[in-house]
Amino acid sequence: MTTSNWGLRESATFDRATIAAIRNAAETGIYDIRGGGAKRSLPHFDDLLFLGASMSRYPLEGYRERCDTDVLLGTRYAKFPLHLATPVTVAGMSFGALSGRAKEALGRGASEVGTSTTTGDGGMTAEERGQSKHLVYQYLPSRYGMNPDDLRKADAIEVVLGQGAKPGGGGMLLGQKISERVAGMRTLPQGIDQRSASRHPDWTGPDDLAIKIGELREITDWEKPVYVKVGATRTYYDVKLACHAGADVVVVDGMQGGTAATQDVFIEHVGIPTLAAIPQAVQALQELGLHRKVQLIVSGGIRNGADVAKAMALGADAVAIGSAALIALGDNDPRYAAEYERLGSAAGFYDDFQDGKDPAGITTQDPDLAARLDPVEGGRRLANFIRVMTMEAQTIARACGKAHLQHLEPEDLVGVSIEAAAMARVPLAGTSWVPGQSGL
Amino acid sequence: MSPHVTTYDLATTPLRAVNQALHAPDLEGEVRIEHPLGAHSVAVGVNAPVKITIAGHVGYYAAGMSQQAEIVIEGNAGTGVAENMMSGTVVVKGNASQAAGATAHGGLLVIDGDAAARCGISMKGADIVVGGSVGHSSAFMAQAGRLVVRGDAGDGLGDSIYETRIYVRGTVRSLGADCVAKEMRPEHLEELAGLLKAAGHVHDDPASYTRYGSARKLYHFAATNTY
Repeated sequence: MTTSNWGLRESATFDRATIAAIRNAAETGIYDIRGGGAKRSLPHFDDLLFLGASMSRYPLEGYRERCDTDVLLGTRYAKFPLHLATPVTVAGMSFGALSGRAKEALGRGASEVGTSTTTGDGGMTAEERGQSKHLVYQYLPSRYGMNPDDLRKADAIEVVLGQGAKPGGGGMLLGQKISERVAGMRTLPQGIDQRSASRHPDWTGPDDLAIKIGELREITDWEKPVYVKVGATRTYYDVKLACHAGADVVVVDGMQGGTAATQDVFIEHVGIPTLAAIPQAVQALQELGLHRKVQLIVSGGIRNGADVAKAMALGADAVAIGSAALIALGDNDPRYAAEYERLGSAAGFYDDFQDGKDPAGITTQDPDLAARLDPVEGGRRLANFIRVMTMEAQTIARACGKAHLQHLEPEDLVGVSIEAAAMARVPLAGTSWVPGQSGL
Repeated sequence: MSPHVTTYDLATTPLRAVNQALHAPDLEGEVRIEHPLGAHSVAVGVNAPVKITIAGHVGYYAAGMSQQAEIVIEGNAGTGVAENMMSGTVVVKGNASQAAGATAHGGLLVIDGDAAARCGISMKGADIVVGGSVGHSSAFMAQAGRLVVRGDAGDGLGDSIYETRIYVRGTVRSLGADCVAKEMRPEHLEELAGLLKAAGHVHDDPASYTRYGSARKLYHFAATNTY
């Protein structure tokens, strides 16, 4: 509050952000476009707690007893599944949305800790391929920069149907970021506002997708895992259909997952929370007898090792981080506080990734700004962050008596809100009540 | 002496074995694929200067992502023939289903018959010559390359088009957003004559075609944009 008058009461309906949005729309006639994910308060992993071992369960010694973290992705059909040292992977983010140096930093960091990075809308860069030990190549509706040489260079292929920030929407990259190199890779005129297709051009629906996945496998001689990524909406059905279409891995991205540029109304009002999506996905896999055979990667608001452990306890095989990885690189760093203020934002609030003026040099194509990010230092920071997340998850798993992160189970969890307990399908803490499941 | 022709029979050889053989690093000469019987993904991901003849009808994605090869389909092709082709040529002797040449970056796709909806959707540099007509939403979001239609075009031709040039000899049922008819200047007549010749239509008069392309009014986001 900027006033000291305690008699003033802010409307919960017309709060300051709402008033500012109305004023901005009235002034400009254009809706707000921004980066990031949903900012609204949602039931999330913080609303779950672990039941550590005590009398009825047997814990593992912290620091002494082994708790493994590795994961195999793509065991269903691929000749060469990915074997990652940690279940924390790096989500798809495009060169274009991010600078080449930022992509390089992600590759360096991920490789250092034995995990994968993912390309994005706009194709594969040499920097990224060169620095990423495990690189997942996204196959998107736009097919920008899509070519079979890069497909063959990839370690896995991710067919993207949507993302959590904007399920049902295509990519968007405004002209400020369509540099000569970005335009060249995407076969677009330089400086135009690029709005990608939201549907794939050569297939519609799950039956076609099965044929498309067959083609991708034939082209790559059945070597590479094929992921299918969906934004979280009708997750139970989407996961079942993805499995029927032949996915090796299903990626479910909740609405807290970020984007480089989308309408605020889309980010905040379309899709379901990550927490609500996971049990739906797991149920679908279990009913098909494919849980742990088709691996589940969950993303959308994963921030620390507790989130990793909770996602895995609910049945995920791995997670993916995007926003958190960028913060680890230096996004929203307080040392650029003055510059964020000049852009009308503040460190910790900056989300105008679409403008390409990122003071931290990450979500930009401006060479001077991009030069601020040292890919080696950025890689070191990301590696540290993923190590910490992994160790945090191990700490929790050992406390629950698990010798592998994948041994975590829903039985280890309770909810501290009725909403979270209902979504996660776990009991409300201190009760045996699973809202929505039992009659009590 | 004619080059050696390797023949595969899809009635007896699994598709995977045929495609793997077509991915051999030293592949050259001529290949004949018999009894495709509408199979999907026939001769996909080929990257060699080889001539491939597919003796019959094919399903989805025949010759997908092709590079360097000269591929002839002696029949009709299902959805997405030559999708994301990079170079070389693909010739369909019959008709093609939806999304022919989708997102193709290079090379030449020739369809002797008609092509269904979304022909050349999101094409990125390839050339497509259709002997007959094309269905609705053809050249949707087409970015680069040329689409030639000797017959008619359905609704929404060139919707949200970028820099692809479209040449249509017959009627266009309707144009999509931001697609407009444009003047045929000498360089376009010359370009079109070259494409027609490459596709074997040497007797067509380029002047009987109309050129269509982007009005470029959707290139920058504005509240007043209409779709």
